[in-house]
Amino acid sequence: MKLDAHIPSGPLDTCWTRHKDSLPLLSPANKAKRTLIVVGTGLAGASAAASLAELGYTVHAFCYQDSARRAHSIAAQGGINAAKNYANDGDSVWRLFYETIKGGDFRAREANVYRLAEVSGAIIDQCVAQGVPFAREYGGGLANRSFGGALVSRTFYARGQTGQQLLLGAYSALARQVAAGKVLMHPRTEMLDLVVVDGHARGIVTRDLVTGRIELWAGDAVLLCTGGYSNVFYLSTNAKGCNATAIWRAHRRGAGFANPCFTQIHPTCIPQAGEYQSKLTLMSESLRNDGRVWVPRRAGDTRPASAIPEEERDYYLERMYPSYGNLTPRDVASRAAKRMCDEGRGVGPGGRGVFLDLTGAVRTQGRAVIEERYGNLFEMYQRITGEDPYEVPMRIYPAPHYTMGGLWVDYNLMSTIPGLFVLGEANFSDHGANRLGASALMQGLADGYFIAPYTVTGYLASTRLAPVSTDHQAFRAAQAEVEERTRRLVSLSGPRSVDELHRELGSVMWNLCGMSRTAAGLRQAMERIAELRQRFWQEVRVPGGAEDLNQELEKAGRVVDYLELADLMCRDALAREESCGGHFREEYQTPDGEARRDDEHFAHVAVWEWSGDEQPPRRHTEPLSFANVQLTTRSYA
Amino acid sequence: MRLELHIWRQAGPKARGRFVTYPLDGVSEHMSFLEMLDHLNQQLIARGEEPVAFEHDCREGICGSCGVVINGQAHGPLPGTTCCQLHMRHFADGDVLFIEPWRARAFPVLKDLVVDRSAFDRIIQAGGYISTRTGSAPEANAIPVAKSAAELAMDAAACIGCGACVAACPNGAAMLFVAAKITHLGVLPQGQPERLRRARAMVAQMERELFGGCSNARECEAVCPKNISIATIARLNRDFLKASLSA
Ligand SMILES: Cc1cc2nc3c(=O)[nH]c(=O)nc-3n(C[C@H](O)[C@H](O)[C@H](O)COP(=O)(O)OP(=O)(O)OC[C@H]3O[C@@H](n4cnc5c(N)ncnc54)[C@H](O)[C@@H]3O)c2cc1C
Ligand code: FES
Repeated sequence: MKLDAHIPSGPLDTCWTRHKDSLPLLSPANKAKRTLIVVGTGLAGASAAASLAELGYTVHAFCYQDSARRAHSIAAQGGINAAKNYANDGDSVWRLFYETIKGGDFRAREANVYRLAEVSGAIIDQCVAQGVPFAREYGGGLANRSFGGALVSRTFYARGQTGQQLLLGAYSALARQVAAGKVLMHPRTEMLDLVVVDGHARGIVTRDLVTGRIELWAGDAVLLCTGGYSNVFYLSTNAKGCNATAIWRAHRRGAGFANPCFTQIHPTCIPQAGEYQSKLTLMSESLRNDGRVWVPRRAGDTRPASAIPEEERDYYLERMYPSYGNLTPRDVASRAAKRMCDEGRGVGPGGRGVFLDLTGAVRTQGRAVIEERYGNLFEMYQRITGEDPYEVPMRIYPAPHYTMGGLWVDYNLMSTIPGLFVLGEANFSDHGANRLGASALMQGLADGYFIAPYTVTGYLASTRLAPVSTDHQAFRAAQAEVEERTRRLVSLSGPRSVDELHRELGSVMWNLCGMSRTAAGLRQAMERIAELRQRFWQEVRVPGGAEDLNQELEKAGRVVDYLELADLMCRDALAREESCGGHFREEYQTPDGEARRDDEHFAHVAVWEWSGDEQPPRRHTEPLSFANVQLTTRSYA
Repeated sequence: MRLELHIWRQAGPKARGRFVTYPLDGVSEHMSFLEMLDHLNQQLIARGEEPVAFEHDCREGICGSCGVVINGQAHGPLPGTTCCQLHMRHFADGDVLFIEPWRARAFPVLKDLVVDRSAFDRIIQAGGYISTRTGSAPEANAIPVAKSAAELAMDAAACIGCGACVAACPNGAAMLFVAAKITHLGVLPQGQPERLRRARAMVAQMERELFGGCSNARECEAVCPKNISIATIARLNRDFLKASLSA
């Protein structure tokens, strides 16, 4: 597997400009003749599809929901970063770049991250022009807040619904192109395989989720914008339909999978309440701006929060990390919460929870102020738990939230399969081993609005592609495979539901490949996953047929892919013998329990190559070199 | 707790549907309404029956996927709440629940509780946007927006496109949905150049779809999970009237 990241040489701050200037162009007439396939219409996919269509390409866009407007990006609450320095508090492109690199524990590429910071401002301009109703100051200018461990206020937001508003902006741009006939939108359509012809990605195989029809689509390039794979844990903050199928099938067709074990466990989620639970709900970490995190000093203290006097409370984040306090980055905050609960100081049912207390802020700043800032979050919490956060502290616990790993891409966002581009959470590119708050929205839109339109054009202009139709043998073969897999799945008539097996997989992953990992645990997880993979085909039942809307069939296909991906995640976690960001190996920690990185041996991207069902995957590396920043130990103390 | 469910089952778009009765035990008050349906489906699967198809994704009230009529109320009894956010603590042991899909001519049933809402997408495609090309935007703070306008826009932009308004309207009208978008874009300075054209195009598309007309029943506002106000409809009517006069 060849891993050339194609990073332009020369100074960091002019890399992208020089690169754009060097990319070849296509004439408008030529663009009109090209067809692009965009899978996914979240922030990354909708922005890419709309922007590429504006350039003149014909775009086929796909999503599994009934409308492009429902992609999981819609659920993002907190905000989007941009280095505008409107707050005049010393922010700059450099600072956003540096904090993102450092926040990622020095496991991302300098050039990619710098570019992300560089285009961040244009994203805000674009969204405002579309009518995104960002929060405003009285003077009419845009309001900012500090978010997720940043020392400056660079986060733009639309109440607690930033993702929704950004997505509706991108969706409206997409809708405009649909009306113009340049985007052909295919909702309720799931990609089940990638088609590679002569080494180039040339199309996809899909299933119409209403009629069950398997269809083939050919094009000049394929863009996967299909989001992350946190649902491998079954319980996560992601939407129920989020899946790894598109990227996993592409991986099986030759796309390298980078850093699969880098997953983010978000510190502020509502704890699990029961066995029936279908998902976990995130409480935006913006709450940490005014909230204080604490547990009782004494283990086994089950008094209600109000009965625990101030001196018997341990504000452990403020104690352990005085300079960042309650705003320490996610991975650090999550592990600290786990540690408190492991010490027996957790609160709520099962002792798996810590307090996030805003009752003090309500007292000092007044209910109105807090309500304006967090009203909808409080309401959400109360709906779910039946408790009133204005009166009693919220209970939170970490939950799987985001996956930094994903398909490997070069500087052009192209995978190891020429013509296959990967955007948004589905790629691995910018967040290293840990993502900072409010930077996924930024990355999705950077990829879609400002990067892919240039690099996809560059690829098409510099590559000779023979015309290809869906009659090509590679299409027919992929179709036959998908049909066969679907037939096998609907024939399953064991005693258990897909969800039951998925829950089992989730608990293996959460316990052994979650917030902290050990070599022995990971080996054990791999054994259990192998066993689950066998049992899946013996025990699962998929009622209904393949020819109509069958939600159990959809789930079954996704779980088959999760079972394979789970194995790769464990392998990757096992091979990475260091702790960094969200990847914490118990064997590699400092005496006070912090992550110990090993830059000498692991300052690289691990890229896995599929070697068939019978052979273990092969691990390759892309070394990371840091010419502009100094590798330091991430310290938030 | 124990419930008696009467759920609309319909095999496909052309099939005839009917209510089927399912007694359901072991419902926890902490379950969401959709988790209660999951719980039923797990039992149906175990018995070898087809589970009830229903739409859902985010399960936190923001994607707009979910939506069923519960005892005659779109999204159920709790105001301002989608059915994924509705928890079973709002029901009582022994309750009898009739659960059916959105009923509207413009939203044909696809299967069980799942309907086709693509008409909403076509209305947005007709004009629910500000025409701006990627890369052509001015510096964001070059367009000052009064805080009050931004707040008003945000109130309307909170629409999740679930379709409850249509399902609740005796005429199956889509006025609240259209009005929310008209208001969101129409109160912002960026939305002015296309304001009247937008109202004309969206209303025309609404009329091409099978939505009914508005007769001020106000049912839409009562069921909207995002509390979108019918004041937006007055704004739509104003813009539409102006557009008609200037056409
Ligand atoms: C609750 C929550 C809150 C968050 N808050 C923030 C925040 O405040 N700030 C921030 O920066 N980030 C936040 N994030 C992260 C951020 O929302 C996501 O990383 C980002 O939106 C992902 O965008 P995307 O376009 O890559 O993918 P998605 O939005 O997940 O879109 C995926 C698309 O792919 C389609 N798709 C998937 N699989 C297939 C398939 N097989 N076939 C066809 N189509 C398919 C889907 O239909 C969908 O259209 C949050 C995440 C969560 C879960
Ligand atoms: S499932 Fe998303 S709003 Fe209910």
